[in-house]
Amino acid sequence: MPPVNMATQVVQMLAGALLLISFAMLAERRSRRLLILLVWQGVVLVTSTVLVAASAHLTHLYYSAALTLLLKVCVLPLILFRLMRKLGIERDNEPLVNVPTLMLVGLCLVIFAFGLAQPVTALATTVLRKTLGIAIAVILLSFLMILARRKAFTQVIGFLSLENGLFFAATTTTYGMPMVVELGMALDLLVAVFIFGIFFFHIREQFDSLDLDQLESLKED
Amino acid sequence: MEILLVLGFPLLGAALLAMVGAKRYAAEVSVATSLATLLAAALLVLRIIRHGPMTAWNEEFFIDPFNVFLVALTALVGFTTAVFSRPYMRIEASHGRLTPGRLRLYHSMYQLFMAAMLLALTTNNMGFMWVAMEMATLSTVLLVSLYRTRGSIEAAWKYFILCGVGIALALFGTALLYTAAEDLLGGEGMGALLWTHLNAVKGQLEPRVMGMAFVFLLVGYGTKVGLAPLHNWLPDAHAEGPTPVSAVLSGLLLNVALYAVIRCKILADGALHSTLPGHMLMGFGLLSTVLASFFLWRQRDIKRLFAYSSIEHMGIITFAFGMGGPIANFAALLHMTMHSLTKSAIFFAAGHATQLSGTQRMDKIRGLLTIHPSVGWGLMLGGLAILGMPPFGVFTSEYLILITAMRDHPWATPVLLVALAVAFGAIFSRLQPMVYGDTDDKPLPHSPALVPVFIHLGIVLMMGVYIPPALAEWYRLAAQLIGG
Repeated sequence: MPPVNMATQVVQMLAGALLLISFAMLAERRSRRLLILLVWQGVVLVTSTVLVAASAHLTHLYYSAALTLLLKVCVLPLILFRLMRKLGIERDNEPLVNVPTLMLVGLCLVIFAFGLAQPVTALATTVLRKTLGIAIAVILLSFLMILARRKAFTQVIGFLSLENGLFFAATTTTYGMPMVVELGMALDLLVAVFIFGIFFFHIREQFDSLDLDQLESLKED
Repeated sequence: MEILLVLGFPLLGAALLAMVGAKRYAAEVSVATSLATLLAAALLVLRIIRHGPMTAWNEEFFIDPFNVFLVALTALVGFTTAVFSRPYMRIEASHGRLTPGRLRLYHSMYQLFMAAMLLALTTNNMGFMWVAMEMATLSTVLLVSLYRTRGSIEAAWKYFILCGVGIALALFGTALLYTAAEDLLGGEGMGALLWTHLNAVKGQLEPRVMGMAFVFLLVGYGTKVGLAPLHNWLPDAHAEGPTPVSAVLSGLLLNVALYAVIRCKILADGALHSTLPGHMLMGFGLLSTVLASFFLWRQRDIKRLFAYSSIEHMGIITFAFGMGGPIANFAALLHMTMHSLTKSAIFFAAGHATQLSGTQRMDKIRGLLTIHPSVGWGLMLGGLAILGMPPFGVFTSEYLILITAMRDHPWATPVLLVALAVAFGAIFSRLQPMVYGDTDDKPLPHSPALVPVFIHLGIVLMMGVYIPPALAEWYRLAAQLIGG
């Protein structure tokens, strides 16, 4: 086991922050604040990537951090903010029932995530790989959010937070995917958000709101 | 070089059609693009037959008998679907369901979708495979919602979220795969995600990490294959999207996703030294087959009916790959080909049938043989073929799968037989009244393109009676590669 240096400790702390933000998102009902939380998640992600890059002396991770900064902290939130304003849902309040239950399920998911990560972390050659459990927890909590929410906009936020969790998993376990693949992933994500934007308008045009409860007509009959 | 052509034509076509897609001749441009892609694919096939497996561009692309046959199949069905959609979309436009702007979106995205699938098939890089699969989802989401009806928007949203989440799991699996490989092959720039490199060292990959990676990859790509219990998006997307899109989703996209699963299975088999990956495929496959065949009875919508039949057949193929071994793999590859040709032919015929009667509800579709005999015959013969009637090729592959199951896993045989019988009853009892009987529907404003239907069914019939030795050899080689 290599010695635990300062940068690694900070990255581990940031991983904890990532998990906390995920829980905060789970309980947040305002669309606007959710988006701000997503931006924070991006900031934490960029910081941790830069730290990992600095401690492991990997230039390509700097590029990947820059790409994340550009995409997840600047471009995507900007698009989503503009969409929110255009759709007039900035102050939307989503009634959330059973926040305590949601939190409890979330806690169980975190425990499950650490169990799932056990075989990989047991073999960890770097201390960083130990944070895989947190990455999986962020992914599972985002799932929970997508499942629990009934608004199109919040589901998209959940989707992006899921993507953040995946990115975190990739940087900490493997020092990031190869650069070309990351570029491809970034392009896909950008296109996905554009399409989500188009969808918001289509859904509102047809259903007069972004509530997904109305999207329940296709059932087995 | 050939790979460049295979990928370049649809990409160029997509760019061109993004500009001229609303013009009258757009459908012809699309057909020409698909034809060029098909010819390029034929060149690629010739090259592989002559020179054997190849890699290109710093090994970023890799062609072997397994994927080259899927490339040829994809290009062929892509071409016939483009031919079919020319009159089909014209009829839709004259029924007022589509505007020129949406036609442009349709033609351009169709070609982009083709390019994405061909990239997923030919790339050697597991990361790129993921990117291409995601691209295939993104390019079809707006096609599913092309009619902008409530149902189609709901279906597209479901498709987007479910496949988006599924594919995210596959990305996590890919990251884990990279973790396992990095220690052996080195990091950035060392090609640790290249399938050929991974395949060379698969025996030394850390089994626990690989096991976990395979579970995520299977569930992730399995969502796109439509394996139960993650199949929910599939019937909706097939029923609500335009028929040519249903045909390529069912006939091609499911195959490409399954291809990704099998590539991962080859690696996992080597790393785990156990039958676990095979058993997982068998479990998912059997569950999908049984579930889908019972759901078939509850369908009233013709396209939903055949969408469930696709889930059933993908289940059978997955099950066969799970059994592994030369015969089961051979049968699975054959079944992939037969299913994709038959199912797209059925969707072509079903699409025109719904245009004739103006509804997708099967109890309203009547007397197809009276009003338009070739549509009726297409639907009838296609239905019989997909139900596994001899002498069609589906019978051959299903028979091979059943006898292998009887030999290796006798417990599974009765389950499969019951599922097949249930599916037979469900589809046949719906098909008969649609084809026979009387009707007062009016004929179509443009004559339909039924040549693709009969070409597909002709190939399926031929393969049932006589598989050319060269083709059989090719399947055998591919089956050998998959091993298991």
